[in-house]
Amino acid sequence: MTFDTPRPGHEDVAENAIELKDVQGLSQGQIVWRRFRRHRGAIGGLLALLAVVGLAFTSIGFGPIPGWWQHTPSSRLDLINPMGRPTMALPTWLGGSGFAIGDAPFGQDEIGRDIFARTMRGVQTSVQVMVIIGLVSAVLGVLIGACAGFYRGWIDQGLMRLTDLIITFPLVVVGAVLGKIAGGGNVALLALFLGLLIWPGMARLVRGDFLSLREREFVDAARVAGASDWRIIRKHMIPNAMGVIIVNLTLVMSAAILLEAALSYLGFGVQTPNVSLGLMISQYQSAFSTRPWLFWWPGFFIIVLVLSINFIGDGLRDAFDPRQKKVPTARQMARAARKIEKGAPQ
Amino acid sequence: MVMFLIRRLLASTMVVLVSTFIMYLLVDIALDPLESLRLSTDPNVEAQRAARVAMLNLETPVILRYFDWLGGVTGCLWGSCNLGVAWTTSQPVTGLLAGVVATTLQLVTAATFIGMFFGIAVGIISALRQYTGFDYSVTFMSFLFYSLPVFWVAVLLKQWGAIKFNNFLRNPDFPVWFYVLMVFTVSVVAMGMVGGDWITRVKVLGVSSLGTLGVLLYMDLTKWLIDPSMGIVVLALIAVGWAFLVTMLSTGLRDRRSLGGALTVAGVGVALYYPMFYVWVWLPVSWPLVIALGVLAVLVGLLIGRLWGGPDPWRTARTAALTAIPVSSLLFFERLFMTWETYTTHSLIRGRPIATFGRRTPNLEGSFWLETTDLFTHLLLPTITLVLIGYASYTRYTRASTLEVLNQDYIRTARAKGLTERTVVMRHAFRNALIPLASIAPVDVITILGGAVITERIFAWYGMGRMFLDHLAANDIAPVMAYILIAAIFAVVANFVADLCYSILDPRIRLNA
Repeated sequence: MTFDTPRPGHEDVAENAIELKDVQGLSQGQIVWRRFRRHRGAIGGLLALLAVVGLAFTSIGFGPIPGWWQHTPSSRLDLINPMGRPTMALPTWLGGSGFAIGDAPFGQDEIGRDIFARTMRGVQTSVQVMVIIGLVSAVLGVLIGACAGFYRGWIDQGLMRLTDLIITFPLVVVGAVLGKIAGGGNVALLALFLGLLIWPGMARLVRGDFLSLREREFVDAARVAGASDWRIIRKHMIPNAMGVIIVNLTLVMSAAILLEAALSYLGFGVQTPNVSLGLMISQYQSAFSTRPWLFWWPGFFIIVLVLSINFIGDGLRDAFDPRQKKVPTARQMARAARKIEKGAPQ
Repeated sequence: MVMFLIRRLLASTMVVLVSTFIMYLLVDIALDPLESLRLSTDPNVEAQRAARVAMLNLETPVILRYFDWLGGVTGCLWGSCNLGVAWTTSQPVTGLLAGVVATTLQLVTAATFIGMFFGIAVGIISALRQYTGFDYSVTFMSFLFYSLPVFWVAVLLKQWGAIKFNNFLRNPDFPVWFYVLMVFTVSVVAMGMVGGDWITRVKVLGVSSLGTLGVLLYMDLTKWLIDPSMGIVVLALIAVGWAFLVTMLSTGLRDRRSLGGALTVAGVGVALYYPMFYVWVWLPVSWPLVIALGVLAVLVGLLIGRLWGGPDPWRTARTAALTAIPVSSLLFFERLFMTWETYTTHSLIRGRPIATFGRRTPNLEGSFWLETTDLFTHLLLPTITLVLIGYASYTRYTRASTLEVLNQDYIRTARAKGLTERTVVMRHAFRNALIPLASIAPVDVITILGGAVITERIFAWYGMGRMFLDHLAANDIAPVMAYILIAAIFAVVANFVADLCYSILDPRIRLNA
């Protein structure tokens, strides 16, 4: 493969052409989205996340809405294959016995429950927990961090001592204690409690950002124009801190999934008859040598969820960071160079 | 400085007090000590209930009980600790703690350092090779490790790392695919790490694949997995290899005196090969002695370096002392490996050395070497689990901070002065890139202690986390609070150490602020 490289002396111009196209006449959202789109890992993560969430919520339905899958997580069926082996088979060219999905693609457990339906319900639990923890910690963290950073003085001191205090709690430990109080029955309540613990990281970052933002000219301008404190925080400062908030939020969300799974595994999180991926692993781990499929799928879906969110977070961090200049590929440089040669409008 | 220490101490004490107070209230709500009596059909259940209420002072308001507990805890300051009694087993908590803290430290220490070491090394290399295939693969791997649920990995490790591996040990012939896989992986990774133009790449690829092939053939043909002792020739080769590696990183191979010092240390190590066996026989071997010998080796290394002299003798001394660490460890492990066959054929082990749970094989008693081998085989799987997770976050941190440092002006200045790339990276970039880690590492150690809750549970190590979980499930407040107290103290101390390290390493930061 050969690319026509830009003529000597034209590298800067070519690079600038790419750079300029990035920013001309676009809002911040559009710029971020453009940069985000170029991050292959992040787009892959986004697609994987959408696919998994879509599959989980449409297949077995959610709440009163029915799904298209034939079984429910708790119904007991007759064993389709001996031992409840998965009916899903690989296509022949991958060494399988011909592609098929069958009635129990991920297999069945020892009492005949469909593992596909159970895993999908587990994914739903994880997503619910992730969203609730994300929301609670984002609202609390942004609010507390914003107040501390904006007002400084004794409010800052008080709020920061509070965050220091909560940061000293080991998460798994307090989670276990709170999980025992929330008592398994209610996933949303458990997530709410955990959300009340995870916000300090967010608060610290937002506070740091606000401490520097409040010295900037546009804040003074807004104040001279007569804006109230609340309006300045809401309309002028939070949008400027959005990058930090969103990136941190993805970290919190991926950590939340792992935390819930770990607590449920230890027996202090979600409890039967509710289904959680961590709980499934804990129930089925002893069957690993005889029925490995019971164990593979929940773990696989935890990894897919957490990994894709981490990749999205990485892409967002790059997209929001104004200093981050992605090195253009040889192909892009060549294209920009050709445009300059032709004198085409940029 | 003194004022800072005092203020910090007061603030930390307050944090510990308030956090234990809140946790005491929460734990009290969470636990129900009468739970076991609710389902009881015993006719005198009322009497039992009354007795338990009286024993645990359940009639007293929880706040008063907290101060009661706190009174016992403050006793620790003048040496009469009273952390309460675990009522389910009627053991005093202080007695319980001594054992479990030691167990947890044993579990966590090695894993923390190994994870940190590899994480930092890989992070720096991946930053130096930014936007290459190597960098992308490392990033992907660290994200993957970061996303792995501990308990899931642990089950897989037990299956493949212990059960299947022990089966394999019965007849340890490497299959052909293993050769292909290892040679391919090692050579491609080495190529990515070294980088450079394509001639260098091809050279590295060739050398590293031949080297890997040689090592694998040696291991396969000598049945290394059954009798891992190396013998003096192989040990000498490895020691010389270390001497070259350490010199390359520490001062560069062009510094002949340093190379000479390092090689002398390696030579002394090889010369001590046979005499050491007498040392191990005649001295009562124990961990303190082993550590003392290690320190002695470093001192001898320093001395050898000084004797080589030169215009900057401390450079040589540093290199020689650094070489002494791997060389003396080689001698230690050689002696340990000689016990391996005795260990695997022991009647309690029966050829299945890698353990899946517990801290030691019950009833196994023997020499220091046998028991140490036993400890290591038990440590192996939990350590791998903990390393995977710690390694991932250190790689990310180190990569980010190294990239930040490499963009600084002083790096450009160093390059412009004509310094070699080794000097630029090791002297100017590496040291400064480590500064942010000083504030992360202590906090991370605490997180590992918290994370060890799960690891301890899976691998059945009875450490602090296990004590916490078991007693939380059994509604026993005293051991739970002891764990929380220790965790809170650790967290406060870790934050303090982080701040202190940061201010020592980065003079721009003032502590008094």
